[in-house]
This record gives sequence, structure tokens and C-alpha cells, in this order.
Amino acid sequence: MLVRSTEVVRLHQAAFGYQGRPVVTDVDLSVRRGEVVAVLGPNGSGKTTLVKGLLGLSEHLSGEVSVLGTPLARLRDRTRVGYVPQRHTLTGGVRATVLEVVLTGLLSSRPWWRPLGRDALTPALAALDTVGLADRARFDVETLSGGQQRRVLIARALVARPEVLVMDEPTAGVDRTSQQVLAGVLRRLGEAGTTMVVVTHELSALRGVVDRIVEVDSGHLTYDGTPEGYAVHQAELARAAGRGPAAPDGRHTRTGETGGAR
Amino acid sequence: MSEMLSLEFMRTALLAALCVGLVAPMVGIFLVQRRLSLVGDGIGHVALAGVAVGVATQNSPVWSALVAAVLASVLIELVRARGRTSGDLALALMFYGGIAAGVVIINRADGAQTGTLTGFLFGSITTTSREELALFAALSVVIAGVVLLLRQRFFAVAGDEEYARASGLPVLALNIVLGVLTAVTVVVAMRVIGLLLISALMVIPNAAAQQLSGSFRAAGRWAVGFGVLASVGGVMASYQLDTAAGGTVVLLAIAVFVAAALAGSLRRALARRRHRHAERHLHEHGPDCGHAAVPHGDHVDYLHDGHRHAAHEGHYDEHADEAHVQPEPEEANR
Repeated sequence: MLVRSTEVVRLHQAAFGYQGRPVVTDVDLSVRRGEVVAVLGPNGSGKTTLVKGLLGLSEHLSGEVSVLGTPLARLRDRTRVGYVPQRHTLTGGVRATVLEVVLTGLLSSRPWWRPLGRDALTPALAALDTVGLADRARFDVETLSGGQQRRVLIARALVARPEVLVMDEPTAGVDRTSQQVLAGVLRRLGEAGTTMVVVTHELSALRGVVDRIVEVDSGHLTYDGTPEGYAVHQAELARAAGRGPAAPDGRHTRTGETGGAR
Repeated sequence: MSEMLSLEFMRTALLAALCVGLVAPMVGIFLVQRRLSLVGDGIGHVALAGVAVGVATQNSPVWSALVAAVLASVLIELVRARGRTSGDLALALMFYGGIAAGVVIINRADGAQTGTLTGFLFGSITTTSREELALFAALSVVIAGVVLLLRQRFFAVAGDEEYARASGLPVLALNIVLGVLTAVTVVVAMRVIGLLLISALMVIPNAAAQQLSGSFRAAGRWAVGFGVLASVGGVMASYQLDTAAGGTVVLLAIAVFVAAALAGSLRRALARRRHRHAERHLHEHGPDCGHAAVPHGDHVDYLHDGHRHAAHEGHYDEHADEAHVQPEPEEANR
């Protein structure tokens, strides 16, 4: 079925949570190939739980979840879904080079008895080139700025050539210059046809990159449509609440902690 | 030296020390990475209960210690995987229970002689038998082989468990394998440095190596070198100075750490003096920044208003020509 094959993510009445308790429920969502979807919502709304559900990191409690045309539980090759977590340390309690971090993205595509060899360098350096960090490959990751470290995580997610990229707050907590560089990286990926699902607070940083907005609030989808429509949706909500028009870029005021269970 | 090597028990002791010095840091680097540096201590505590059962039943304490340590390590990983806050207390109960049961059983079996107990707690390398040495050597080969095969996976899981799970690596299985390797290392090291000091040789050589290298692969090599230096050197020194071998090994490891820390800060200070930063640099050079890229040795300089800029540890250096300290000369192909 042609329609099916262009559908990268399909959720029907899906619920996700932790330890048996639902955090997001009744989610109907379909992401087509090449779409760039921003997932917005206040802290604790369940947006991180939702995208982690696509990666098998939060529990799938009910409904249907299929990723790349396969029910999630039966998706064997997890490298087809790339993941950029929101993290502040990249390597735990030891130091490692940028290249060493990026190479870990290739491991699950190899059998366990075959460690990565020299041939793995080519895709790793290509992924670093995509995010503009090829010249830092042999640097200690801890010496990179916050924005550069995010790009290292994007390169790690890209190295196994995933068909869809799930990102959790890629632009949060980095300075404005780095945000612009990150937005440029995402724009290039989007133009190359990469399907992306991006949890974000800073929609303004991703203007022109995002095709579609999904808003999560209190564990439910509250908006699913175009960025233009979202501005209208926000203004309507604000009028209903008698607060005057909201910021047109849909940016949320609370940008501190990430909220939700990790 | 030749006098020392002419003694059978010293030859055995030095070979046992070599095994421990090699494998303890190889396994320990992942414990340091997971910020679980003290877990080896806990496994050592439980291993004592195994030793005690061996002594009480007049069997080899090594085998029963191995069984107890492996069981403990698997249990630790299962508790950790559940991720409950009560897990910490569960581990504490297990560790203290292990050492307490060990003390009680050994003293009961041994007629309250403390000699056997201290031997296991603080090491009694010179009593290592040839059969034990053969077993330690075989176990060390297995540990080293598994680590060499799986180290990239251990690195990935220890560095970012959530990502590893999302990318399809068998996280729990890898953690259990690493736990079992830790347990086997504890048992191999038991005779040489004792159950109370075992973690030291897994952790301190790695702490020293972290002072000298920014790459995981290179740090691993340094750590193994430091581990062998401390364990073999410590056993030799303890013979010459007539001191307790286990304690001497650990003190030597700490001395190596201090030397490495000094060398590391000296190197960083020299590197700072030998290169010039570019002026406050907000722009970030890259393939499409518009500035011409000039290959320079192992990196690329960018031509920026008549200056050559090279990326270095979060800033840009002015590269005239010669004086530049390479960030990390190691191969990164782990």
C-alpha cells in the first residue's frame, strides 16, 4: 500500500507512560516521510513522554503505535529511528573524543562479535561534516561548547542513516549563535528530506524549518496543524482567557527545566 | 632483583600481580564512566561471604568467592535496572550482609583466628598457590578478551544508557556481562590486594589516566600501564621494604595518580603558554562559513581577515606556522 509506506509514524488512540501510569493518552498522530514536526507544550505536558514512546523509551500502554510501517514492538532495526536526547554530559565520568561519541551510533548496526574498525570512520566523519564539526573529530567533547555538543549528538544520531530523527529540545540551553547554527543544521537536514520530530520550546529558532506543529497539554494533543494555524490557535486561546494576543511564534514563557520523566 | 626472582613464591606473586594490574583497570574504566567507582568494594564485601563458605567447608575459597561475587553483580544490575530509589538501600543491605556473614562464618570455622580473615581482607599474595595462579591467569585472559571484544558497546551503554537502549543495544545484557567481569576481577585481585582494597586498582589507574588523555581509547591504554606499574611495582617494593603487599600496591597507585595529575597540569600550562588565542571570536568557522580553508598538518585553518584561525578546545588559535600543541595525537579509531 503506497499510502502506508509514506507514513513514518502512525499513532491511533495511543497512550504512553511510566510504570503502568499513563502520561499522554488518546494520541492520534500521523507523520509522513519528509515532514518536520515540532512538538510543543508546557513543561510536564507529556511531550517528551510522547516522543520517547516512538523510541520504546516510555511504556506503550494502549492503542496502536507503528513506526516505519511496523508495530513498534516488532521493529527490529532500531537504527532506522535516530534519537537526539537532551543531555548535559555526553560520556559519563570519563573523557572521550567527539569521534568516539559519534561512533557509538553505529554499534547496533553491527553484530556484537565485530567491533567497529577503520571502515566506520568514513560515515562518522561524514556525519560530523553534516553538522559542521569535521575539524573537531579528535577533540575531547568536554572542551566543546554546549551548542557544539548538541551537534555531536545530532551527528551520533545521523551516523547510521536513520529514516526518521527524533530530537528532544535540540536548541534548549544554548546561546543564540549556537541556536542559529543548530537551526541551520536542521534546515539542511529538512531540505535533504529527513523526517524529523522535534520537541522544542524555541519555535522561533526553527522558523522556516518546521512544516507542522503538534501541541501537547496535560497529556492530550491540543493542536495539530500548520505553523500559521498555530498562531491563530494561540491567539484564540488567549482571547478566550482574556489575556490579549499571545506571542505569534508560539514560544512558551517557561523555558527552565525540561519537565516530564526522563 | 635476581634474589627476588629466584624465590618461587615471589615469581608466582609477581605473575598474579601482573594479571591484576592488567585487567583491573580494563574493567574499572567502565565503572568510573558509570560513576559507580565503589561498586567493586560492594562486590568484594559479598565475595567475603563466599570465601567464608569455602573456608568453613574446607573447599577452595576462590571458587565459592567467585560464585558469591557473580551472584552479587547480577543482582546489582537487576536492582539498578528497576531504577527504584529503594535500590540503593537494597545494595547496602546486600554488601553489609555479605561482609558480616563472612566475618561470622570464618571466625566460627577458624576458631576465632584472625589470620585467615585478614589475609582475604587485605591480601596475602605470597600464599598464592600455583593452581590459583593458573586459574587467575585463565580468568584474566577471559576478562581481557571479553573487554576487547565489547568495549565499544560497554562505552556506549555506560556513557548514555538511554540512547543505547533507543538505538537497539541490549543494555541489560551488556550491564550484566560487565557486572560479571567486575565480579571475576574482584576474585582475581582478592589474593593480591585484598577484598577491602580491590576497587582501588580498578579506579585509581583510571583516575590517573584521565589526567593525561582526552580520548577514551588512549586513556584505557594509560590506565592499563599504570595498573601494571602499580601492582607489579608495589609487590616488588613490598618485598624490598618488608611491607604489606596490598597496601603498598594501592599507595603506589596513588603516587602514580599524583604524578599524572602534576604532569597533566604542567602539560596544560605549557600548552597555554605556547599558543595564542584569536581575539574574542563569536563567529564559528565551518565548511560553509565563507572563509577559505587551508589544510595545516592534521587539521584545517580558516583564513579570517589575514589571520589563520584553528579550532582548539572551544576557542580559535592564531596559527602563524609552527608553534601549536596538537589537541590529541592519538588515533581515534577505537
